[in-house]
Amino acid sequence: MTSQPDTATSGAAASPSEKKPTGFAATDVLINEFAGAPDTVERAYQTPTELQPHTELGLKDDEYERIRQILGRRPTASELAMYSIMWSEHCSYKSSKVHLRQFGEKQPQNTRMLAGIGENAGVVQISDDIAVTFKVESHNHPSFVEPYQGAATGVGGIVRDILAMGARPIAVMDPLRFGAADHPDTARVLPGVVAGIGGYGNCLGLPNIGGEIVFDPTYQGNPLVNALSIGVLPVERLQHKEAAGVGNIVVLLGARTGRDGIGGVSVLASATFDDEAEQRRPSVQVGDPFMEKLLIESCLELYDAGLVAGIQDLGGAGLTCALTETAAAAGTGMRVWLERVPLREASMSPTEILASESQERMLLIVTPDNLAPVLAVAEKWGVWATAIGEVTQSEADGAPGRLVISWNEHVVVDVPPGSLADDGPVYARPIREPADLILLQADRAETLPRPATGDELRETVLRMAASPNLCDKTWVTEQYDRYVLGNTILAQPEDSGVLRIDERTGLGVALSVDGNGRFARLDPYEGAKLALAEAYRNVAVTGAEPVAVTDCLNFGSPEDPAVMWQFAEAVRGLADGCQQLGTPVTGGNVSFYNQTGAAAIHPTPVVGVLGVFDDVARRIPMGFTPPTGDGDLLFLLGETECELSGSEWAWVTHAHLGGRPPKIDLAKEQRLSALMSRASQAGHVNAAHDLSDGGLAQSLVESCLRREVGARITLPDDGQSAFVHLFSESASRAVVAVPRGHDKAFVALAADYGVPCTPIGVTSRDAVLEVRDQFEIPLSEVREAWTSTLPKLFGDLAAAAVPAEEPAVRSVTLEIAEPVPGGPIEPAEPSTD
Amino acid sequence: MRIGVVTFPGSLDDGDAARAARIAGAEAVRLWHGDPDLHGVDAVVLPGGFSYGDYLRCGAIARFAPVMETIIDAARGGLPVLGICNGFQVLCEAHLLPGALTRNQHLHFRNRDQWLRVESPDTAWTNNFTEGQEILVPVKNGEGCYVADAHTLDALEAEGRIIARYIKGNPNGSQRDIAAITNEAGNVVGIMPHPEHAVEALTGPSLDGLGFFTSVLRALAGATAGGQQSGGHQ
Repeated sequence: MTSQPDTATSGAAASPSEKKPTGFAATDVLINEFAGAPDTVERAYQTPTELQPHTELGLKDDEYERIRQILGRRPTASELAMYSIMWSEHCSYKSSKVHLRQFGEKQPQNTRMLAGIGENAGVVQISDDIAVTFKVESHNHPSFVEPYQGAATGVGGIVRDILAMGARPIAVMDPLRFGAADHPDTARVLPGVVAGIGGYGNCLGLPNIGGEIVFDPTYQGNPLVNALSIGVLPVERLQHKEAAGVGNIVVLLGARTGRDGIGGVSVLASATFDDEAEQRRPSVQVGDPFMEKLLIESCLELYDAGLVAGIQDLGGAGLTCALTETAAAAGTGMRVWLERVPLREASMSPTEILASESQERMLLIVTPDNLAPVLAVAEKWGVWATAIGEVTQSEADGAPGRLVISWNEHVVVDVPPGSLADDGPVYARPIREPADLILLQADRAETLPRPATGDELRETVLRMAASPNLCDKTWVTEQYDRYVLGNTILAQPEDSGVLRIDERTGLGVALSVDGNGRFARLDPYEGAKLALAEAYRNVAVTGAEPVAVTDCLNFGSPEDPAVMWQFAEAVRGLADGCQQLGTPVTGGNVSFYNQTGAAAIHPTPVVGVLGVFDDVARRIPMGFTPPTGDGDLLFLLGETECELSGSEWAWVTHAHLGGRPPKIDLAKEQRLSALMSRASQAGHVNAAHDLSDGGLAQSLVESCLRREVGARITLPDDGQSAFVHLFSESASRAVVAVPRGHDKAFVALAADYGVPCTPIGVTSRDAVLEVRDQFEIPLSEVREAWTSTLPKLFGDLAAAAVPAEEPAVRSVTLEIAEPVPGGPIEPAEPSTD
Repeated sequence: MRIGVVTFPGSLDDGDAARAARIAGAEAVRLWHGDPDLHGVDAVVLPGGFSYGDYLRCGAIARFAPVMETIIDAARGGLPVLGICNGFQVLCEAHLLPGALTRNQHLHFRNRDQWLRVESPDTAWTNNFTEGQEILVPVKNGEGCYVADAHTLDALEAEGRIIARYIKGNPNGSQRDIAAITNEAGNVVGIMPHPEHAVEALTGPSLDGLGFFTSVLRALAGATAGGQQSGGHQ
């Protein structure tokens, strides 16, 4: 049920079988042939008919012709590389642009938004003088090819986007999707990805406050590694990327430029995977979080001193993207001397310098007066800063200026920057509903055999809790620092990450990021809305007010009409949903070509929702509070219908995917959100947990285990079976724990807001989860089931952490009073685990 | 009282250490790695993080920072110094404390809320605790496995210089469950867990970490009071 039978085999998938030089190696041939000098503009005029490897670089014939038209000649090797990068799917959004417009057209009125789509990240004002900026991005293909560095640089890249807006990055989150949990390749990819995210984020000093870990065979050859970052800035510190001001200096700040990551966006991110993925490891960037930490501190110092006129991060497409976008945004020209770029490898060609995606670099535009102070700040933090060019005038006729780049006296690039940054090709690609969708939707999970007896239900609760998607994720999240910066109020496994922004007032934010590829596969329009609803609800149940959205749209090949249909439907669903909820999409990322051969992944729109707290002290956690007296009263908010298609239950117990996803009425989500916000302000709720994957049963398991508090549940007597109550995944629901004495007020409040509110039991001093007339499970038994899954799959860390054995023989005697500098240290015995 | 908090390139928990000092009632003074001047502080915290990117070895480069030259001298003269996590690693590299912190036994970074038993209240940084007191403090490190030769470990035990041990699970494989040690004089303490992250109910698992900061204030107040008494002021 997971394949895409009508997926067309794309041209992009077919080409790499030829053995001649491909990718950027092909452009270097020219350089070698020309006696060590690069292909120049002058030479391009002299040799107009020279054959160029545009196909190998991923450019179509008509795209190449357009480049020739724009330039009035053939492009130089460097120019060809630049166009191929900037017009790649990843940079130009050429397949998605026509659909993404809806986010603007349907954008709800929102006075909080200071910057939106098209900027490095969206910026949302949360108080008179404070704004936050947040964005989620993909780093899927690099993370499959080289899990550690791919994931690490995914974090690094999104953090620089946040930094470029003028913000101090304050947290990261990671929605991750892998193949089957027990597949051997998952054991290769997952530990590397997790270590990479931890290795980079921990060293950067950013708390990791949440995310997702999902297993599904659909992601076997194409894991999804999405990274979200959030930053905070004083409103007046908002930065812009325009290279304004003729005569201003272009400064490259940060790491030196090397040969890593060449062709990352065009080779890796904008083509379908094939058997040669292994050979593409050099296209993966290599990260140095220490350098990024210094880059962050130096940029913030530069902002605060008012030394920056414009700034852009270097990520995908490296210098090419930063130079063309800053110039194009201002309409100015730019003159750049490439030989000034500090290199890690002196032999790099101009094309390589322009295409390198070496990490930890920023491009600054500074006034000539400010150059010396800028260089001084860089020196203080020990990062490279080099003036590599200057801003030049627009054309005499008022047209935008030109980007002229030379390398050792050779002019290798002379282009209108807007032609690269803004005027790339736009495609209205054919769309067609997948041929198998009707059959898929007809195959409903509601007709599958269900557990009926109390014992069977008990067994199902335990089996579900132990399943890879629902089990305890501590194995992963323990590898992330959630405490650094000292403002983490809630972090995983809570419904949302909650951060304090202002220590004086308690002003803060909540963030959740969610997606459900199975729902989107069954109905991409509703699936996108369901992802939005879940993230919105996760923010709402903490008591925050949801205000803005970011998205990462992970799909297969846009050249497949069925995938393109899924994409169009998902974007339409998300845009409609955001319009209805009043939460604008502030930015995000599209990741296409997530497929292996002809099989695309489930369409996977991942949605991040930002909420605001006036005071984080009123946040509501998910864990039941240890009872001091009679225990809290538990209420189920929302209505439960028999909705099992696409559910975790259908997948875990029947390996079934079919039918239609749960219905979603966003007005119900809004009412639930308003109720939770009000209840949080009034202090009516001790704990709240949204119902999503695994339904009520899983929600109760998680709320009980969080602080080891039992619950005694009486399911509503409303005609639905106990099974449906426990495992249905109807949307717009949550469980709340209300302290005694507040229950009347809370029930009245729920009625005021029109949220169905059903008493379902109490928390208990006894460490059991009881469902009356059905079963009783000691929490120790649930905990064992819930916590043992990932350690079994990926290694039991607890068993390894026994004290290191001490050497039996004292071979060295050290005087304690006078420690010997550099004295020998007995090595610990290696763990035998 | 003025507590200095050093920022090396790559320090991460420096702001948190400063916050903890303020909550404890001290004035937090930020010290810069390149500036040997301690600006008249009464105590120093070397915070957690990845100073100099953990290049070469954790703490190995920070040990040579200009500010450390002054701190090493001052510590030998009795200045209270607390090294947290990376700061502990720096203190070992600087030979103010014996032993070393090596890669966690299980080879993974680990962040969890960790129970400790305070073994000795007889230091500048632990006098507000009672012997045997159990406290809950976050631990988060990749290289927190304390190792030393057996003779050193025996001496640390004998001299009561193991001041906190991991209980209810050892998070990194440290020998003899060592979480924190002190020098002979009791003014220099290295601790792998992060007391600065257990100082507020909103953000920490407990308020137990605050005790380290109030302890040094008490030690300093005692020292000042003692000095005043000896000076004849009543």
